[in-house]
Amino acid sequence: MEALDLARWQFGITTVYHFIFVPLTIGLAPLVAVMQTAWVRTGNERWLRLTKFFGKLFLINFALGVVTGIVQEFQFGMNWSEYSRFVGDVFGAPLAMEALAAFFIESTFLGLWIFGWDRLNKRVHLACIWAVAVAVNLSAFFILAANSWMQHPVGARYNPETGRAEMESIWAILANNTLWAAFPHAVAAAFLTAGTFVAGIAAWWMVRLVRTRRPESVELARNVYRPAVVLGTVVMLVSGAGVALTGDVQGKLMFEQQPGKMASAEALCTGEEAAAFSILTIGDLSNSCEGVRHILEVPGLSSYLGTGKFSGEDSYLPGVDDVQTEYAERFGETDEAGNPISYTPNLAVTYWSFRLMIGFAAGSALLALAALWFTRGGRVSGNPWFARIAIAAIPTPFLASSFGWIFTEVGRQPWVVAPNPTGIDQIRLLTMQGVSTVVSPAMILTSMIVFTLLYGVLGVIWYRLIHRYAVEGVPSTVRDESPEAAGDDETDRPLSFAY
Amino acid sequence: MDLAIVWFVIIAILWTGYFVLEGFDFGVGMLMSLLPRGDAAHREKERRVLVNSIGPVWDGNEVWLITAAGATFAAFPEWYATLFSGFYLPLLAILVALIVRGVAFEYRGKISDAVWARRCDIAIQVGSWVPAILWGVMFANLVRGVQLDDGHQYVGGLAALLNPFALLGGLTTLVLFLLHGTVFVALKTDGPIRARARRFAGVLTLVALAVAGVWALWTQVMFSPAWTWVVVIAGALALVGVLRTNRAGREGYAFGLSAVTIVAAVVLIFGSMFPDVMPGLDGGSSLSIAEAASTPYTLTVLTWVAVALTPVVILYQGWTYWVFRRRLTVDHIPAPAGLTWKKIKDAAF
Repeated sequence: MEALDLARWQFGITTVYHFIFVPLTIGLAPLVAVMQTAWVRTGNERWLRLTKFFGKLFLINFALGVVTGIVQEFQFGMNWSEYSRFVGDVFGAPLAMEALAAFFIESTFLGLWIFGWDRLNKRVHLACIWAVAVAVNLSAFFILAANSWMQHPVGARYNPETGRAEMESIWAILANNTLWAAFPHAVAAAFLTAGTFVAGIAAWWMVRLVRTRRPESVELARNVYRPAVVLGTVVMLVSGAGVALTGDVQGKLMFEQQPGKMASAEALCTGEEAAAFSILTIGDLSNSCEGVRHILEVPGLSSYLGTGKFSGEDSYLPGVDDVQTEYAERFGETDEAGNPISYTPNLAVTYWSFRLMIGFAAGSALLALAALWFTRGGRVSGNPWFARIAIAAIPTPFLASSFGWIFTEVGRQPWVVAPNPTGIDQIRLLTMQGVSTVVSPAMILTSMIVFTLLYGVLGVIWYRLIHRYAVEGVPSTVRDESPEAAGDDETDRPLSFAY
Repeated sequence: MDLAIVWFVIIAILWTGYFVLEGFDFGVGMLMSLLPRGDAAHREKERRVLVNSIGPVWDGNEVWLITAAGATFAAFPEWYATLFSGFYLPLLAILVALIVRGVAFEYRGKISDAVWARRCDIAIQVGSWVPAILWGVMFANLVRGVQLDDGHQYVGGLAALLNPFALLGGLTTLVLFLLHGTVFVALKTDGPIRARARRFAGVLTLVALAVAGVWALWTQVMFSPAWTWVVVIAGALALVGVLRTNRAGREGYAFGLSAVTIVAAVVLIFGSMFPDVMPGLDGGSSLSIAEAASTPYTLTVLTWVAVALTPVVILYQGWTYWVFRRRLTVDHIPAPAGLTWKKIKDAAF
């Protein structure tokens, strides 16, 4: 394989892996903060037990998000140095802002929260987890500002002397409509992930406890786990609706900004009006439209997703062939080496990742409906099917997020910086132009193997810890460790929390 | 003043923050096998004292690196691109080290098991020794100069980075961070481990004077402008100060002075690179501050952000150190709270 392919594989592996932990962090931090707020405001011990329980799962998850994040920042320069040269003037600013405005708050206040239970006033300690909750969402905003600029460059000009993109307006970059569609979509997906995680684990526990038929276990299920199921379900319902609505907005923007991505999401070869949305497609999708057979179609739905119209002239969607013709005319038929450029992303990956994203997101919807049914009218359910649905639903939003990113990044190909169809034509970069020129394939292969093996080992440890600590359940006893409750200001008692 | 030069100074400040803060983290990590004494149970308690002395702050310290790299990307894209693609394998080793180290800190106490703790300790030590050396090797090469082609691409290869001057630079950061961490342990702990840390710090200061002294003189004579003599002397005086204050039991001063030594080292490095960000080897093609810099507009935006946020970051990070100012002893360490290894293993499915 060439350096380009290896660098792309490494970026794909490390990014999808990193984004297993990120959505849970973004969504779970505010949920833990809500639980702790409920404890501070009501004094009800159930919320302290839930805070400790989900707080621990949050920390196990956060650790891997942090350490895999550094790789993300470094590999732009290591594997994609030509990309970095081209975009650094624009793309670097949101990254630097993310570090200064978000990462410092996240890491510092999380340290205060973890170790501060017996050191900080109760309200100050609560403020620390809220600071973390706000900061993780802020970091999502800045990193999506950077990514959205690659999807749809704005607020910059091309300097023909240096051959680089240069920033013209930071406000335009932060006001990019692509960003304001992607940010709520990603955050809603993160809340869906965390809501499913909380409701799923709590529902499994509720069923398990009710089935023992011991009065004290049923009481624990009613008193502690049921409120967590309700909290998770409310979050799932609201964020699920948010994911769908923002996804729809994104689809329409994508149609305007990256018609090739939309066309290949539907494996639409030639443009048509009232284009159908195929649920199942058979045939060879290996970047050729030959042999594609759509079965099970919803008429007009693709057109609606792209244009807001089910039929008529305004519902016209261009096909991949149309995009190829138009882009070849605008941006050239061949690259510098004289090879023809395909402006069509990998059809199979784009088509299926789009469907898997939507399909897996529906897994959470199933759990939300089940939770509404099984907890109706104050019930605590011991139905084993509820537990099965709960466990099956937990991984689905993770998978939906992964496929969502695979879709949006693979669908942008062959571009790393997609051209803005309504202006600044010269700001565009093919992925093959972005790869480092001085880094040999052997070096990238080395780093890819090292990261894949290391991430594999860490993934196993992460999963076992999350799993075992979830099975362990809420702590049986909790006490108010705050200095005001302890009543002594400087003591030599052991730390309430220590590594 | 030229904004590009302002940003060269800001990048230097970010690296200073990183080395002063994570420098003692690295040092504490390196001490995991060197400092604890007594029977196995007591050694484990002392190791937990070490881990917990930096537990609340190590992650916040590491963000200085993320910020330094992000700011370099934004303010000097050419520098970021050339440096990170050129120093590929050392950076890969640093990344792996930082990953295993961070995970080991966070997961060490999650499983209560002696074998698990030993494995985490190995990860913490490898993860601390490796970057402590490699950062020095990297920056010493930037001082010495590297082989660049006309397109600002690094073409020197890996072997060229492992020259005697750079290796001594690696040894210098290693010794300085180890000393910094040892002084930090003396400041943050109490009881026998504090006394041991102070004794060890005394020895390390002499080693640091020798190693860092030779490297600083080598740098000053071969690669630096005249004004950095002031910095070299200040760094040497600070080390002598560490020796005296440490002996007198004034650990706060000793820690402050070992931080001054690290500041002096960074100023010497950046002062020697100026006006280049990547000087050419033996007068060959170089990458200057002006060539590497972003446009004035981008630098202006970044300046506003940095001016508004950096003081706030320093304030709340400083507050964290105040909150956790208490000295730790083995008596503060609670019983292990993690799950047993057996429970974790039973989870397999």
